[in-house]
Amino acid sequence: MSKILLSGNEAIARGAWEAGCDAGFGYPGTPSTETLESFSKLEGVYAEWAINEKVALESAIGFSMAGHRALVTMKHVGVNVASDPLMSIAYAGVNGGLVILAADDPGMFSSQNEQDSRVYAEFAKIPLFEPADSEEALEMTKAAFELSEKLKTIVMIRSTVRISHTKTLVETHDRQAAQPVPYQTSIPDWVMMPAYARPKRLESDKRFAELEECSETSLFNHAEIRDTSIGFIASGACYQYVREAFPEASTLKLGMTHPLPESKIRAFADSVDELYVVDEAYPYLLKGVRAFGIEPTPWTSPLPAAFEMSAMLLKESYGSPIEQNTTALELQKQVAVPPRPPALCAGCPHRVAFNELKRMKAIVLGDIGCYTLGALAPLTTLESAIDMGASVSMGHGFEVARELESKAGVSQSTSNRPVFSIIGDSTFAHSGLSGVVSTVYNAGVGNIVILDNRTTAMTGGQGNPISGKTLQGRQTNELDLPKVLKAIGVEDVVQVDAHNVKAVREALKAAANNKDKLSVVICQAPCVVEYRIHNTVRVVDAEACRGCGTCTRIGCPAISMYDTNIAEINDKLCNGCSQCEQYCPFNAIHSKEGE
Amino acid sequence: MSCDTAVNEKPITVMLCGVGGQGTITAADLLARAAMNDGYDVKVSEIHGMAQRGGAVSTTVRFGKNVSSMVCDPAQADIIISFELLEAVRNAHYLKNDGHIIVNDIQIKPMSVLTGQAKMPQGIHEALKQLGEHSVDIFDAEAVAREAGNPKTANVALLGAAAKFLPLSEKAWEKSIESRIPPKTLEANLAAFRAMYNKLNA
Repeated sequence: MSKILLSGNEAIARGAWEAGCDAGFGYPGTPSTETLESFSKLEGVYAEWAINEKVALESAIGFSMAGHRALVTMKHVGVNVASDPLMSIAYAGVNGGLVILAADDPGMFSSQNEQDSRVYAEFAKIPLFEPADSEEALEMTKAAFELSEKLKTIVMIRSTVRISHTKTLVETHDRQAAQPVPYQTSIPDWVMMPAYARPKRLESDKRFAELEECSETSLFNHAEIRDTSIGFIASGACYQYVREAFPEASTLKLGMTHPLPESKIRAFADSVDELYVVDEAYPYLLKGVRAFGIEPTPWTSPLPAAFEMSAMLLKESYGSPIEQNTTALELQKQVAVPPRPPALCAGCPHRVAFNELKRMKAIVLGDIGCYTLGALAPLTTLESAIDMGASVSMGHGFEVARELESKAGVSQSTSNRPVFSIIGDSTFAHSGLSGVVSTVYNAGVGNIVILDNRTTAMTGGQGNPISGKTLQGRQTNELDLPKVLKAIGVEDVVQVDAHNVKAVREALKAAANNKDKLSVVICQAPCVVEYRIHNTVRVVDAEACRGCGTCTRIGCPAISMYDTNIAEINDKLCNGCSQCEQYCPFNAIHSKEGE
Repeated sequence: MSCDTAVNEKPITVMLCGVGGQGTITAADLLARAAMNDGYDVKVSEIHGMAQRGGAVSTTVRFGKNVSSMVCDPAQADIIISFELLEAVRNAHYLKNDGHIIVNDIQIKPMSVLTGQAKMPQGIHEALKQLGEHSVDIFDAEAVAREAGNPKTANVALLGAAAKFLPLSEKAWEKSIESRIPPKTLEANLAAFRAMYNKLNA
């Protein structure tokens, strides 16, 4: 069979499909998203976006309990959300094969932290596979399903951004139907109350011994003996960097990295003169090797502890010469290139809320999504982003502190600035809702802005409970946000057109003035990218423009004031949202047709 | 250019850089498929997510007998295809000392410039020329594409320019473009590719 180019994510999806996996559950998150998306398009499978990773894993556990193979996908920080069921399903075990993908982001290209999911596999005592390219991703996913059913355990596949988002050649195969594992009532196996959980804990320890044996015999863990004066232990993308930097060296390539194969590691360590262990962002393998009492050779200069590894960094730490293009480095010094960070798109409906909150000098507690970019110039309005849903609960905590200060008669320089939590529709469904319930329960006050653009935009426009569309394209119920909020007990709920400056301004002001209540302002307008919005392009009347810069300060990539003191609108980028027209104090911006 | 002799021992590394939304990923995919069609091992590494929102982006394609690392380290790119002038300067240090850089002669202003907080640097063309008289090709890919029939095929015109320096057959390129581009714009894309390919190979 001929090979095709697949990303690591596509290969995991394909592997699950070939293994007879019938259903996929997940929550979008870079770099994991395309796994479930591509799985959902394969023949004869069911796939859904859950509202968050915990719900996704629990649904998959139910599917497995019913006897069928399930795949669960998420990014590394999603594993934190799913860690509650993960730690206990590790005791309970599975019925149908159950495989969880944790896609890590060393280098933090699209994440708020750099945590290493392998630690979760160790913590939960579950088997862990780490592919080093797409072909392995496919093969390991199939092996993971086999192992899951054989030893009755959830299995983790840990990918990184360079595996998930690198396309490599893959040999594909036909789908093998998996035989369902009939469900039979077995209360001690599935009810994790203390009396049943204790024996299950001992059972998981016993299973661990079998897993250790598995790791020792796994073909995914193998020594490649070349020059024995130098040897490397590495897994995943780091294995590729070792091969690139030191093609002649011996390598112990680890693919099943929990449990670690102690005998194989000892044998390899004994067979080479110098032993080096390579990790990126967290010393997972190094700690494991050291736990066996093996002390690797020190690097000439220590490996960087943070961010991505590379062949060059390995050479540098080893003390090998590094190539440089000195001419290029010199010309980069001569030509200072301004940075190009990402920005909210032209016509993004989120922009008005940020501009208005900036005018109000509000303290804006943010969340995870495109709108996190509200922290960057020229908006520089969003003041925090910690985790999914944090804006709502942090806003509550902030207000509690203010109330205590007010009672004590103390104040800070920021005390008169209104506090707003700002959160997108998908993130609100993921974890914001519970924060609102908790705030209402505790009679909290505050202001919440929900930026409802009808999609999960940052990860590429996935459906969510507010968008009315499922992963596999079915029309479905749309969560009615005002009704839901009112039902929870939020009395002050207003919904406005996110592009309408006056309406947004008035709604935010009213919320801030309503100091004794919890207020929610829903700024609604569809994402211009996902819904391909193209309205009449705006143009600047050069006669009327006074060059005041009001329009450029809203931070739209389509508007510039460069070289001249007259604003310009790039008609290729503009999609006619009209925000600049509304902001212009001199009526100098009009729709093109209206000219 | 040393690509032809090197291909059997060391992989060829091509970096494609530009601004989110310019079509670097499609171009990288076409190059990867062409390499695959000629029987090479190939890896394409790209970054998704936050960076796509108008930020600086880069994609690396490596092909050869066996490819290990999927990323391009500094001074390791045989070819850089930059879809924009500032990005060419930003990524110039990835170019091998005897590498070749192909640059689309357009400037996309970053947000800091649009809002007047930073100035566009001057003398970019002259600065890039320092990389070597015969190592730099700067041309208006959109103009070439427009002349060939469709200005939206600028990314394929850039590939056509790079093809001169890559040990891949014309057939492999055409098969790749045919397999990836929808029939509606296929002719326009092939025309844009050939416009640069024939010009530089003439």
